Amino acid sequence: MMKWVMTGLILLSLVFAACTGRMSELSSAFLDECGNAVTLAMTLIGIIALWSGVMRVAQASGLTGKISKAAEPLLSRLFRGLKKGGTAMQYITLNITANILGLGNASTPFGIAAMREIEKEEHSTTPEKASDNMILLTVMNTASLQLIPTTAAAMRLAHGSADPMEILPCVWITSVASLTAALLAVSVLRRAGKRRI
Amino acid sequence: MNFSDFTVPVLIAGVLIYGLIKKTDVFAEFTEGVKEGLRTVYDIFPSLFCLVVSVGVFRASGASEAITGLIAPALSAVGFPPECGTLLILRPFSGSGSIAIFGQILADFEPDSFAGRVASVILGSSETTFYTLSVYFAAVKAKKTRYALAAALIGDITCALVSAAAVRLILS
Repeated sequence: MMKWVMTGLILLSLVFAACTGRMSELSSAFLDECGNAVTLAMTLIGIIALWSGVMRVAQASGLTGKISKAAEPLLSRLFRGLKKGGTAMQYITLNITANILGLGNASTPFGIAAMREIEKEEHSTTPEKASDNMILLTVMNTASLQLIPTTAAAMRLAHGSADPMEILPCVWITSVASLTAALLAVSVLRRAGKRRI
Repeated sequence: MNFSDFTVPVLIAGVLIYGLIKKTDVFAEFTEGVKEGLRTVYDIFPSLFCLVVSVGVFRASGASEAITGLIAPALSAVGFPPECGTLLILRPFSGSGSIAIFGQILADFEPDSFAGRVASVILGSSETTFYTLSVYFAAVKAKKTRYALAAALIGDITCALVSAAAVRLILS
């Protein structure tokens, strides 16, 4: 899909610049943006290195494991029909807590493992159809649960924000609102689907 | 100085102290984490580079402005800053692309402007929805995803509406 995004953007730019006579701006933008990409990567290296370091300590000391354990009772209430303390539930908990802590690298492998474990535990008769629990986990992952928006904050700082972290309360409110809306949608659509059958 | 200023320093110090109490080699683990972080950026750099360049030339050509102008009335009507329209469009598809657009918005409108703040909140409170859906359902080879996309998009739309409202209420 990314091939369409990239060629689409560049092709549209070419057509547009040709029509509006901005070809010289377009031409120099190619060179300028290469440098911008490198500057941006440097900004990201700083914040991602700091965060990965902190989170690596949290994992090695058993802190993230403890947080996972605390979150499990709440999560097993959302995922109905899965064994409490079972492998699927364990991976779900690891996936969600990794998301909350901003461990982007760790959360996806846990999520994929959780999806496979849900499939094993439910052994559905219609494997081509996603189950309610699979949809719930996926939808939770499409809503951002991350507590500290590190990338946004680092880029705000790099662009001279007076207070890069001032967005925290707004980010939390927005995250909770969109997660709640998505969960409500899941529960309403789930019931609507059952009624039709 | 306000409450959110405490979050990051307290979190970092807390994790380190907890590690010391649990007799973890805090320095060795931290540096190992830094190495992982470096590798993360190394891994995303190719796609980040391509999108920063594509998005950058898109803006230079004036096409980005034209599209923003086209959708501006609809966005303004719901109280959303039209300057963040392109971010809203690309956000569900590409993480690197949204970072690229976010950088443009910060450069054009200042991080502490209304548009800059809303863009920051959007980037911090949403995910690459379509990418996530495809990765997760591919893992179990599920072709029929039923109501998943609808529910995920309802979450994204809520995110857009609430982000602007929250910034207006809390930060301005």
